[in-house]
Amino acid sequence: MGTVLTVRDINVYYGAIHAIKGISFDVNRGEIVTLIGANGAGKSTTLHTISGLLRSKTGDIEFLESSIARTPAHKIVSKGISHVPEGRRIFQGMTVEENLQMGAFVTKPDRIAHNLEYVYEQFPRLKERTRQIAGTLSGGEQQMLAMGRALMSDPRLLMLDEPSMGLAPILVDQIFEIIQNLNKAGTTILLVEQNAQMALSVADRAYVIETGRITLSGTGEELAKSDEVRKAYLGG
Amino acid sequence: MNFLNSLISGLSLGSVYAIIALGYTMVYGISKMLNFAHGDVIMVGGYVSFILTMYVGMNGWLALLVAMVACTILGILIERLAYRPLRGTGSLAVLITAIGVSYFLQNSALLIWGANPRVFNSLFNGMKTIHAAGGQLTITPESLFTIIANIVIMIALTLFVSKTKAGKAMRAVSEDNGAAQLMGINVNQSISLTFAIGSGLAAVAGVLMCSAYPVLMPTTGAMPGIKAFTAAVFGGIGSIPGAMIGGLLLGIIEIFARAYISTELSDAIVFACLIIVLLVKPTGLLGKKINEKV
Repeated sequence: MGTVLTVRDINVYYGAIHAIKGISFDVNRGEIVTLIGANGAGKSTTLHTISGLLRSKTGDIEFLESSIARTPAHKIVSKGISHVPEGRRIFQGMTVEENLQMGAFVTKPDRIAHNLEYVYEQFPRLKERTRQIAGTLSGGEQQMLAMGRALMSDPRLLMLDEPSMGLAPILVDQIFEIIQNLNKAGTTILLVEQNAQMALSVADRAYVIETGRITLSGTGEELAKSDEVRKAYLGG
Repeated sequence: MNFLNSLISGLSLGSVYAIIALGYTMVYGISKMLNFAHGDVIMVGGYVSFILTMYVGMNGWLALLVAMVACTILGILIERLAYRPLRGTGSLAVLITAIGVSYFLQNSALLIWGANPRVFNSLFNGMKTIHAAGGQLTITPESLFTIIANIVIMIALTLFVSKTKAGKAMRAVSEDNGAAQLMGINVNQSISLTFAIGSGLAAVAGVLMCSAYPVLMPTTGAMPGIKAFTAAVFGGIGSIPGAMIGGLLLGIIEIFARAYISTELSDAIVFACLIIVLLVKPTGLLGKKINEKV
């Protein structure tokens, strides 16, 4: 199998606030791993630290056997990690196509056409709207665009932060189906979700984060059955 | 004819404002800061060109090119040394630093070049003024070239930000700095490039302005700087076409106020127009309201 990502004992602070208190976990090749937990538990902070937008004071982050803990944020994506941030954060004033081009900012030119085709195959809706200004897309389409943009760089690891946020249930199902398809096509996925039920149903393994610490871990199935998780996150 | 003559001078003055305003608006767009030292970069551009033509005997156009290079480097240095260390701190600290850089440039110029006003040699010396309509309509080469330069710069810049990879990266950083980094865009590089372009254009504006109004002293850049900042806000700060429209309108209003109302009141009228526009449309003429979808 092989480990793709190893996060070891990271501690992250926002000024005086100790947001991440010694989190360690790993992601293996081909897996869907999910981090679940309440709002403010530190899930997004963990992803931001992996992306280099935040720094850990301790520990290390290894990706494909080399440390990325000190790599500047703009060099992370060319190492093979793509991050779809919470709230999508697409470039609202740009067209769909320009957003996808930005996603391919560090992609080798001879791969761009191929990746674009792959993205349009996964998200046919985007292909119908290439010239549309991204800010005018619906919420679901914006999520698709954010994911498509992230796929333009040929990621080895795709990190998704709350892909279901604010979407109608039917769209949530669709997004999760796409996540599973991407995973079957070979992309390793690290998924952060508040929708624990959905996340656990697709995940190979899962970690529960509470106030900056990992409190539980196991396979998706195990955690879905665990009493603690059911009480806290699955509504009994 | 008086009307047409005023319109041409207005367009010409407005073109200078527009070119300066671009520097304000692009820098604001990408780093959300007001670079109040921008006006003084114009003055430095003017002096570099003045020294090279007067004391070195360089051709005016070549001197303009050297002035552009000098200001480009100056702009990059200002960002690197004064503003970058403050990135991520409060906007007040950056604002005060910008005012400090402005004074630093003015006083350095005072020290190096002295307080005496210098008479700038027009870049277009020797070219003929165009007279039309039986001599009633006059178009100076300064006006003509300033208007043309503005149009060329606007077209070039619009193509740059909409077609090139570096230009699109600048737009991406302007919209969302963090997301741009996730794409692999080097934000520092993008911001440096923006300062470089803005400052290079400031040199062009400086030489064009000094050609039309040939008095050069260390405070030469201050008032046009403020006016161009006003133009940028007028048109909608952060917007490139906004800077163009804001600059042109400001120039036209100023010249018409001078011609038809009162020379003394012209600045007051300009700023009154700004206030009215901002009351009706707080984001400026072409300013975007940012709508977020969650």
